[in-house]
Amino acid sequence: MTEYFFISVFAIVALIIIGALLALSTILGPRNPTPQKLIPYECGIIPTEEAKGRYPVRFATIAMLFIIFDIEVVFMYPWAVALDQLQLFGLIEMVAFIAILGVAYVYIWGRGGLEWD
Amino acid sequence: MEPILAPESIDLVSIAPVLVLTVFAMGVMVLDLFAGKSKTLLAFVSIVGLLMTAISAFAKVGLPVFSFNDSYTVDHLSVCFILIFTLSSALAILISIDYNDRENIKAGEFYSLVLFCTVGMIVLASSTDLIMIFLGIEIVSICLYVLAGIRRNHLKSNEAALKYFLLGAFATGFLLYGMALMYGATGTTNLISIADLIKSDGVKSEPLLMIGAVLLLIGFGFKVASVPFHMWAPDVYQGAPSPVTAFMAVGPKAAALVAFFRVFAETLPEISFFWETLLVTISILTMFIGNLGAIMQTNIKRLLAYSSVSHVGYILMAVLVKNTLGSASLIFYMVTYAFMIFGVFAIIIMLGRKGDENLEIEGYSGLGFKHPVIALCMTVFMLSLGGLPPLAGFVAKFYIFNAALQEGFLMLVIIAVLNSAISLYYYLKVIVYMYMKEPVREFQLSITPITLFVVALAIIGTIQLGIFPDPILSLAQQ
Amino acid sequence: MGHQFVLIISATIFCIGTAGFLIRKNPLIMLMSVELMLNSVNFLLVGYSSFLKTLDGQIFALIIMTVAAAEVVVGLAIILTIFRTRHELNVDHINVLKG
Repeated sequence: MTEYFFISVFAIVALIIIGALLALSTILGPRNPTPQKLIPYECGIIPTEEAKGRYPVRFATIAMLFIIFDIEVVFMYPWAVALDQLQLFGLIEMVAFIAILGVAYVYIWGRGGLEWD
Repeated sequence: MEPILAPESIDLVSIAPVLVLTVFAMGVMVLDLFAGKSKTLLAFVSIVGLLMTAISAFAKVGLPVFSFNDSYTVDHLSVCFILIFTLSSALAILISIDYNDRENIKAGEFYSLVLFCTVGMIVLASSTDLIMIFLGIEIVSICLYVLAGIRRNHLKSNEAALKYFLLGAFATGFLLYGMALMYGATGTTNLISIADLIKSDGVKSEPLLMIGAVLLLIGFGFKVASVPFHMWAPDVYQGAPSPVTAFMAVGPKAAALVAFFRVFAETLPEISFFWETLLVTISILTMFIGNLGAIMQTNIKRLLAYSSVSHVGYILMAVLVKNTLGSASLIFYMVTYAFMIFGVFAIIIMLGRKGDENLEIEGYSGLGFKHPVIALCMTVFMLSLGGLPPLAGFVAKFYIFNAALQEGFLMLVIIAVLNSAISLYYYLKVIVYMYMKEPVREFQLSITPITLFVVALAIIGTIQLGIFPDPILSLAQQ
Repeated sequence: MGHQFVLIISATIFCIGTAGFLIRKNPLIMLMSVELMLNSVNFLLVGYSSFLKTLDGQIFALIIMTVAAAEVVVGLAIILTIFRTRHELNVDHINVLKG
């Protein structure tokens, strides 16, 4: 429990310092805003549009394909942990699993899911 | 912690139907890349795959067999349902060939999705483990979400897919929470162990188990479209392509009902005192709302959607019966229902044409004078759905009501019979339109040999099972 | 701390997810709410798994994760298709089918 105590003291002190610095700069700092000063970049190119623009739909397709293949790896962790008990059968099973993923990959490739244009 | 999987319980022969069909589904998927424009080849490969699957269902003798740590079972119920699933998927593929051509659905993945969905149904019907049931339900549902929206540029199809997806995923949440609570209450996900635990000791009064069972009831209720969780059914049935509608009205529904039966009738009969009342209420509400909703419909697919909701009400009685009589009546009901629904939908597809599916019941006016044979077939299916003797629908209902009577559900049976009478009103309405109204439009039938074959098969099935039900009945009863 | 703690937290998350699904009108947010529901289930399963000293719950949680990913991908694809034909996303306006 004692280590938690020191960590919490450390956290509280950090919070106090941050709060104090922010408060001091708002109270003491001079402020005379002009429209020029309030734009996001005071010097440089004037922004032309919002940052929340829409991405091309191609990104979404790639992202969706990524999610599927990415999450399948999750099964390999328990498999790797238990591989010494599963022995040869476990290896064959994982090969079959990856082969099925491979079929899906070939299908996506063949259907043009990976092409950018 | 004990080892997860005992090596001796790995029995690949027992899951032969799943393996065969998965290989075929992947094969069809890859073949699609090389098939070119015409997708008819894929359809026939799929049919061959389904046939092989049906044969491989008999790979195991000496039933019941339990494998994979008792999480997969091959018993009479699952073998019968594998046959029903392969039959219904084959019929769905047959009626979709012409439809896909006409409506310009150039998607070869249609067929592989149907096959993958069938794999899910087989898993669902054979599983005796909560994890496997969840996997089966999700394989079926994910395929159906895509199938419902396979007409990508069609607003109604998109909307059906979105509604089905959102409500289906929502229902999955409830189903899973129920499963997690059951696991927490019993310490296992295996249905056989759960049943043993409940039988032997005091988890009976465990509140977690009860709450879990109620949440499972909600989840399954969504999947089989029973009231009050039926709202998605009419919209999805209307918006999905017609062959997909027929497909999801039979196969996936049957699969979910088998899992329902396995969880409630086979695993939790010891605590039936509290879910029985709930299920009786749901069953009665489902019948009434399904039938009263159907009366008001003008669109044939919506009418059939509500009628299928009401049929779920009757079928839920099989779950209430709980014993082998219940499972036998469930099998028989789903066989007859498959024939009737695919017959009706084959005719609906015949009556439509490109860009105009002719789905209003008014559009069927005068069909009896212009095309008497087709109108006669439609009449037979409608009367059978309404449960008139000597057709198959009557025998199926009689059998299920009889089973419920033997278990002492007198009030429920009386209400069900009353509902059968109500349902005749809207089935007869279609017949009245066909024979007693003047035609409002020209009929342009798109009749192909394959669709005719499906109608003929359905007619033979409907009449045969009505007059000589004994072979199938004794098969179901074994 | 017993398993009641796990149960209470997961039930709270589940209820937040359910409420989000019922209140929000944007299908994407509704999808995220469903994910929240599934994650509460995962939390409960893993909690019970360590409490009961059996591994079934953890395996179940892994399977739920992968299946949920597959489901989300299909859902996103459906939402994208709808967005292409309609150029807006509000479930109240998606109402061609009714009656």
